[in-house]
Amino acid sequence: MNKNLPTWEGFLRADGRKGIRNLVLVIYTVECAQFVAHAIAHGETDVHVIGFPGCYDNQYAVRLMLALARHPNVGAVLSVGLGCEYTQPGKIAEVVRKSGRPAESFFIQDAGGTSKSIARGKEILSRLRKEISEVKRVPMSLADLTVGCECGGSDGTSGLAGNPVVGAFFDRLVDAGGRAVFEETVEMIGLRNILQSRAANEAARTELAAAYDKAENYCKQVRQFSASPGNFAGGLTTIEEKSMGAFAKGGSRPIQGVIKVAEAPRGPGLWILDSVPDAHFMQFGYTNPNDSEGIMDLISSGAQIVLFVTGRGSVIGSPIAPLIKITGNTQTYQRMIEDMDFNAGRVLTGEISLADAGEELLALVTRIAKGEPAKPELLGHREYFVMYKHQDTPSLTAGCRA
Amino acid sequence: MNPRAFQIQPQDNVATMIDDVQSGAVEISGAAREEISTSEKISHSHKIAVRDIAVNEAVIKFGVRIGHATQAIPRGAWVHLHNLASDLDERSGTLDLHSGAPTDTVYE
Repeated sequence: MNKNLPTWEGFLRADGRKGIRNLVLVIYTVECAQFVAHAIAHGETDVHVIGFPGCYDNQYAVRLMLALARHPNVGAVLSVGLGCEYTQPGKIAEVVRKSGRPAESFFIQDAGGTSKSIARGKEILSRLRKEISEVKRVPMSLADLTVGCECGGSDGTSGLAGNPVVGAFFDRLVDAGGRAVFEETVEMIGLRNILQSRAANEAARTELAAAYDKAENYCKQVRQFSASPGNFAGGLTTIEEKSMGAFAKGGSRPIQGVIKVAEAPRGPGLWILDSVPDAHFMQFGYTNPNDSEGIMDLISSGAQIVLFVTGRGSVIGSPIAPLIKITGNTQTYQRMIEDMDFNAGRVLTGEISLADAGEELLALVTRIAKGEPAKPELLGHREYFVMYKHQDTPSLTAGCRA
Repeated sequence: MNPRAFQIQPQDNVATMIDDVQSGAVEISGAAREEISTSEKISHSHKIAVRDIAVNEAVIKFGVRIGHATQAIPRGAWVHLHNLASDLDERSGTLDLHSGAPTDTVYE
């Protein structure tokens, strides 16, 4: 391994994976428990919240939450339910304990209402935090990192600067033995041949063709392609154009294959995450309904850090894994500097080469991995989105060591 | 300095504005170096035609087809929803040219 590559101290989990943060995750299992869950986490350092709004449970949502609950950045879990819903907080805690992490759960109805539940939750939190403060610290390098990338609020600069800079960084990460994951197959529309030409082997080629065909058919069926009014106002005119720009985040290394939501990459290298629903009698709504959903999917693959490329500007963050904001639009960077971590727009004006910008992004990712907060993290952004969906997936134990 | 636009591939027939232009000369950089004159206001991040494009001809950016021209587009013109359409996505053709907002959803 190259001795010049950075190393830092991370948190070792029982499954051997390493985290860059040491968090307690509070999970609520129905919308009715949402207020209490957030009140428990309110004012607490390194305590994040996710949850599922539905009373009727959903295999996809449970699988996603279990992958997030056993994420490398998560040290312990508190699961809170109302008491009526299908999704079982006790079972979530049980599965998390099997992964070697402390976990507890309770029902609000049993605890005796709002105030008693908040007090009980805070008392459990202080116990869990004490336990995980003793977790083993180990050296980490780029080879231990999984980094996801999503784009949102794209404009004409995203495909020219923002995404290509991520591509340059992804090439470096892959060469260092790390894992790079990008998604939004619904933003690879028109690129079937290009996608297949990037496959590492015949199996990956077949997976990529299948994921592409599913995405294109899905968009045709729901009659909604993955482009927003802001994209058009920002100079993008067609989904084919947006797709070419979005795909630039994939850099130039071979694509190892396709994973689904809550699955970890099956080895080092560059991977595509397919978050598009599979055929199901419920015909669940839109894929990629918003950016937070896609970010959750990437984190569920074990990504300790997610890069977010935005041309027009975005103010979201994420729980569990820090989100790093990159823009290819210098005007946006200056207008929203409080929210933007990296200005890739300098590539367009010739101030910096693409390779040097990739190198600078690598240095930024390393600083965030060492503990420096990304801007959304610092501002307290922790948006999440867990929805009803269906995916044909292998069992969690087979497909995901999350 | 004239407003600038960036052309990605030599075979592209559009370039992306990296400044706003009211009208007049635009400096093309990237895969081509030339000056193009426009008579239209084109915003930052939007596209300018670097060649004459005939109706139904492919519009090329990143070296690939990103859709087709729905009317003849002269060199120097703004290329957007009014003269370029996706080969796949029908809804985008109904969006407001300037804001991108949908025009087919009823609010009443």
